[in-house]
Amino acid sequence: MTTDKRKIRLATAWLGGCSGCHMSFLDLDELLIELAGRVDLVYGPLVDAKQFPEEVDLTLVEGAVTNVDNLQLARIIRSNSRVVVGFGDCAVTGNVTSMRNRIPVRDLLTAVYRQARAPIGEEALKDLPALLQQALPLHQAIAVDVCLPGCPPSPERIAAVVTALLDGEPVALDAAMRTFG
Amino acid sequence: MSRTVTIEPITRIEGHAKITILLDEQQQVADARFHVTEFRGFERFCIGRSFWEMPGITARVCGICPVSHLIASSKAGDAILGVRTPETAVALRRLMNYGQLVQSHALSFFLLSGPDLILGMDADPASRNLVGLIRERPELARAGIRLRSFGQQLIRALGERSIHPSWSVPGGVRRPLAAAERDRLLGRLPEMYRTVDRALDLMKETLDRFHDELPAYGDFPSLFLGLVGPDGGLEHYDGLVRVIDAEGRVLEAGLEPERYEEIIAEAEQPWTYLKFPYYRPLGLEDDRGMYRVGPLARLNVCDFAGTPRADRELRQFRHYGGSGRPVTGSFYYHYARLIEILFSLERIEELLADGILVDHHIRSRADVNQNVGIGVSEAPRGTLFHRYRVDDDGILEDVNLLIATGQNNLAMNRTVRQLARHFIRDGRLEEGLLNRIEHGIRTFDPCLSCSTHVVGQMPLLVELRGPGGELLERIERR
Repeated sequence: MTTDKRKIRLATAWLGGCSGCHMSFLDLDELLIELAGRVDLVYGPLVDAKQFPEEVDLTLVEGAVTNVDNLQLARIIRSNSRVVVGFGDCAVTGNVTSMRNRIPVRDLLTAVYRQARAPIGEEALKDLPALLQQALPLHQAIAVDVCLPGCPPSPERIAAVVTALLDGEPVALDAAMRTFG
Repeated sequence: MSRTVTIEPITRIEGHAKITILLDEQQQVADARFHVTEFRGFERFCIGRSFWEMPGITARVCGICPVSHLIASSKAGDAILGVRTPETAVALRRLMNYGQLVQSHALSFFLLSGPDLILGMDADPASRNLVGLIRERPELARAGIRLRSFGQQLIRALGERSIHPSWSVPGGVRRPLAAAERDRLLGRLPEMYRTVDRALDLMKETLDRFHDELPAYGDFPSLFLGLVGPDGGLEHYDGLVRVIDAEGRVLEAGLEPERYEEIIAEAEQPWTYLKFPYYRPLGLEDDRGMYRVGPLARLNVCDFAGTPRADRELRQFRHYGGSGRPVTGSFYYHYARLIEILFSLERIEELLADGILVDHHIRSRADVNQNVGIGVSEAPRGTLFHRYRVDDDGILEDVNLLIATGQNNLAMNRTVRQLARHFIRDGRLEEGLLNRIEHGIRTFDPCLSCSTHVVGQMPLLVELRGPGGELLERIERR
């Protein structure tokens, strides 16, 4: 892409997680300004696009796949993105988000919403996406090209991965940058 | 024909949500709802774990305000241990909490709402965002990024990482602040004050510019709830719960936070995962028990801020309410957030200069002495409560997290309805109108990452009564 003056189309997505990975992305601080000169941010919680766009070069996906909306978005992300990064431990392993997996969804909901009008059942599903029985790491829903671990990954890790991908280089993190937690 | 308009997802907020607007036969707005579509279930899956783990686990409720959960959870742990937490640990926790207020409020003002306030509600949606702001106003964007970064650096200086630091624990904190870090932070403060001053000027211009449409952004009577110090000052770590009404009358002067369940109850609706807390004594009918929390509420309930610059600004802020009455417009959340950044910087300066920080007694050690512990903290978005019940080994039997954003749920729904009715006429929709409705939600800076993990720990009582009022059936849960 050396001769291509077109800006790189970058997207970020937040599935079932805490947004800590996105916050760590913002911890790039002034590097963000440099990044803004190289990429078009075409989708994510920081921008106003409602639909995941076509022909995205690089998508960072935070969070586990926890409900049918997440699953649908993950599939669209896969088909419209050249490179998909599992961004942070929830996307890579399920992490804290998957701590609910030992409890059946119905038990989880009735424990949390104790009144008869709780968002459970058909009426709720008109407005709310159904929860999957298990919160899945991203690679169990779609093919993932790069795993970026950490809870959240440090800004240094994010910079290393994003810079390599933007430069068209292979991603090679040293061992200290491949830890969980 | 009646129809439904859906805004999904709501963008530039911290979480997963959508808005539906229902139009009637005449194409007028019949109803508008704010739906939270995510659910994670912390309060259930933490049962069976040890309370020692809870600061680390509950920090993962939220990557935006992990420190709030860390502190509320540690304080619930302090109560279970039944110890006196060392003064130095309390001072250090306060310091970290102020760092978080700075970073979170700067994120909201500059990065999430800034594009609307600075580039305009009708700016091209493709560039109405952080990247667009960087291109149009690079120096302002840089200043905002550096202000947020200062808050994050303070958190990192204490807890080794800015997000999910495993630093505050039941009984105290793990490590003190290094002197070199203290000096480095102090050195950055002058720039941070300049940035807030600049943002405050910008805010006042914005209030003038939006003057005509401002009352549509969630201006209505409600109660306000927040912590105040024993002297009535602005408080974010400890203190007492105060509740006032829209006329400024005090309904709760200073309730011990441990007694919060006496005044807060929660309702549920089938169309959202977010519950609807309300002020129990006034009930849910006609939204009488609706209250707001967060920066606007805190500035409304306190008697004074307690630092010179913030007090000066607070006096100006109060003119927008008028004659001793609270400021009731949700748009003023933005202004309140900036005043709280200023206040936090002043408190950070005081704390960094305080000799107590260098004391090395930072943690009290004990075992389970109480089976119930309640921890409170003023999170950036409002009052946060963690309530744990443990067995004698410290294993959790019951967990309740009452989270700030949930407490604004009734008011956020009211705001969306107000905006929809104001800006949608004859079923006509334009992009800029929809963005205004979304902005109504952004004024609250909702943290939906947090808010969808709430468990109603209120003892549930359902009574079925016959036409003559006679009790037919009664179901009670703990």
